[in-house]
Amino acid sequence: MERSSRPAAGLTNSDRSAPDGARSKARPPRYGGGLRTLSISTVIAMAVALGLVFFYAPLEEEQGFLQKIFYVHVPLAIVALCGFVLGGLLAIQHLRTRDPRWDMRSYVVIHMSLIFALGTLITGSIWAKGSWGHWWVWSEPELVSFLIIFLLYATYQPLRFAIEDPERQSRYASVFAITAGAFVPLNYLAVNETTAYLHPRVFGSTSNLPASMAFTLLVSLVAIALLFATLCKYELTAKHARAQVRALRRRIAGDAYDAPARGRSAAPAGLPPDMGGAPVGGAPLQPVAGIGAHAAGRSA
Amino acid sequence: MSSVEQAHTGAPAAGEPANAPGTASAARQTGLWRTVGALLRKELLVELRTLESVPGMSLFALSTFVVFHFALNRGSVEGDLAAGVLWVTLLFAAMLGVNRLFVADADQGGFDAFLLAPVDRSAMFIAKALTLLAYLVVLELVAVPAFGLLLLGAPFGPALPGLIVSLALADVGIAAVGTLVAALAVQTRARDLLGPLLALPLLVPIVIGGSRASAPALVQAHQAAPAARWLLTLGLYDLVFGLIAYAVFDFLLED
Amino acid sequence: MAALEVEGLTRRYGERDALSDVWLTLEQGQTLVVFGPNGAGKTTLLRVLATLLRPHEGRVRVLGSELPEQSWAVRGRVGVLAHEPLLYRELTARENLRFHARLHGVSEERVELLLAAVALDARADEPLRTLSRGMVQRAAIARCVLHQPELLLLDEPYANLDPAAVELVAPLIGSAAEVGAASGGRSSGGTAGVSAAEASGADQRARPTRVVCSHDPGGGLAEADVVLGLRAGRPALLRAADQVDPAEIVELYR
Repeated sequence: MERSSRPAAGLTNSDRSAPDGARSKARPPRYGGGLRTLSISTVIAMAVALGLVFFYAPLEEEQGFLQKIFYVHVPLAIVALCGFVLGGLLAIQHLRTRDPRWDMRSYVVIHMSLIFALGTLITGSIWAKGSWGHWWVWSEPELVSFLIIFLLYATYQPLRFAIEDPERQSRYASVFAITAGAFVPLNYLAVNETTAYLHPRVFGSTSNLPASMAFTLLVSLVAIALLFATLCKYELTAKHARAQVRALRRRIAGDAYDAPARGRSAAPAGLPPDMGGAPVGGAPLQPVAGIGAHAAGRSA
Repeated sequence: MSSVEQAHTGAPAAGEPANAPGTASAARQTGLWRTVGALLRKELLVELRTLESVPGMSLFALSTFVVFHFALNRGSVEGDLAAGVLWVTLLFAAMLGVNRLFVADADQGGFDAFLLAPVDRSAMFIAKALTLLAYLVVLELVAVPAFGLLLLGAPFGPALPGLIVSLALADVGIAAVGTLVAALAVQTRARDLLGPLLALPLLVPIVIGGSRASAPALVQAHQAAPAARWLLTLGLYDLVFGLIAYAVFDFLLED
Repeated sequence: MAALEVEGLTRRYGERDALSDVWLTLEQGQTLVVFGPNGAGKTTLLRVLATLLRPHEGRVRVLGSELPEQSWAVRGRVGVLAHEPLLYRELTARENLRFHARLHGVSEERVELLLAAVALDARADEPLRTLSRGMVQRAAIARCVLHQPELLLLDEPYANLDPAAVELVAPLIGSAAEVGAASGGRSSGGTAGVSAAEASGADQRARPTRVVCSHDPGGGLAEADVVLGLRAGRPALLRAADQVDPAEIVELYR
């Protein structure tokens, strides 16, 4: 009985990802593509935004120069929130398709959003100190709900780290990401309901902002969003490169390859083997003795 | 042989071909509610035999009230402060129940046994959430009167129904989220730590809704019914998270 | 239709392959014995066939149903005996079996029948944690065959059992030598000395297909129709049992 050289359709990840017609010589998709363009656009956008913030946007009367931190704080907040929700959406894709690459994307996006959320809290705290004299105020619902969300997502990596089985780790992380992603808007609503306002909310009153401020804010938002995208892409590319190196090592060493103890890791393991240059559609790495007689199972 | 004949269902006789691929004739499924019933009976039996969860939660709540008395240095509390003490205590006691919810199943192969059976897998979530809900109700039956006795300045008056409604709504939310978090945490290495760490932020809206809703009921002078918006918050949370937890839970079971 | 058809099954664990490119076919009523050192993938294979793990690559058809899309059609027709008994220690044997009976839609009489067949009826009302390992193993075997599965997946079924217990349970898990003798004794009826043949009702009609993991070359070979040897997740040996030399099996463990 002939053993077919390709795995049955529907059950392998490589089927979905390999470019058409490339089964015989699988070209791993290029993950670094577009990175340079993205980085350059980010640098330009940030430069423009900084210029606008310092030289174009008017000085606000009440809060003075410190108010300019608002152009960093608000975009950071918006991008982080969108990032968390995006992480949840990517996780839904992962659970639907079982493709580990979605889990990788979800992980990177959430991980980056957590950093941006920390930035939000820090800049928010500085702003609070400057505006109201306290390092922390409970009266700003965005800040408060951010604290709660930060505390929630801070458990994401410990959760992953605490699960050894890589597939279970990805699956559980996705469940968490979906639940937490749904939690973000609900939490905001609840905190909003219960928080007394001290100041008119800046975000809500964008319509009251003078055009120059609104424009600067928009440019800052674009710059920070690009920064987020670039950093995520960097991290994804780096992880894929590392996974490819591991796959190549495995291929060279054949069966003698002993996976180095990666130790437990919170990050997803990476690409399925076929993605990283392991032979696709070729012979298995080691000829298996005695297999030709699996037909004997029938005749016995 | 008759009893065996009765018990015999589904396996083909010798010489009969087994089912063609794709047919469901031999795949009889045990109905959802029958499975939930079987699981609930098992839960009840295990809990009665071990008394692991409910007595611990209740005693913990009582001890916490005593601790609060000394920590706050007050003989009685009312209004917002009372609501805070009550809800924090209930929440932390609930964490104890959450921690223990899946331990027996995880350690003794209960998951595998369930996964091998021809059952609707949603039954596990429903059964466990109902179990946790039951634990919470029993906890509150003990803790709330105790609270009234030990720490509350005002007796529970006409606003008691309002308090009960907010407790009930909150319990549903805690049960849904608690079950999900319990299943997430139980198969990790730091299960007792991760459970509360995951659950507490997720349950903040419950704390908000619950304490704001019940604070008016806990004042000395004129007790008031809970404001509708807080009950609505609780209700909305229950709906959203009940559905989400139900939807994603099965992904925690399978491999 | 074959009971088991496995083509190119691969199951990964992170970047390692727990099972790699496994091919085998097993007809109904046959017994496959799987040998291999610890970590070779025997338990993984069993778990995939039990629908507890999904294949990452390849095709698996169990009792005609494709895994994992049609796993639901297979559950309830497969009986699994694992390393753990899959029973709650705080509950009694009777309570445990009744719980499983309810999950599988099996009657209580069958529970009683099996309790007698594994000679646990005397101690069926004591919590499992008070019973010896051998008794717990017998209870696990009762759980395994409770719903008269067409396919048995047994992971070292005779572990923890003394020879008397082995004789007791062998017909329940479809050991070839016993079935013929047992069917001769079933006409004697009555509840005294319930014969294992009565309890293993399905055996009367069709021998269950079995996949057995074993570390015992001698005993394992005797029961086998087909032998599969696994090493590091790969099939190193797959042959009809009568063509296999015990020495080759020992070689696997080298």
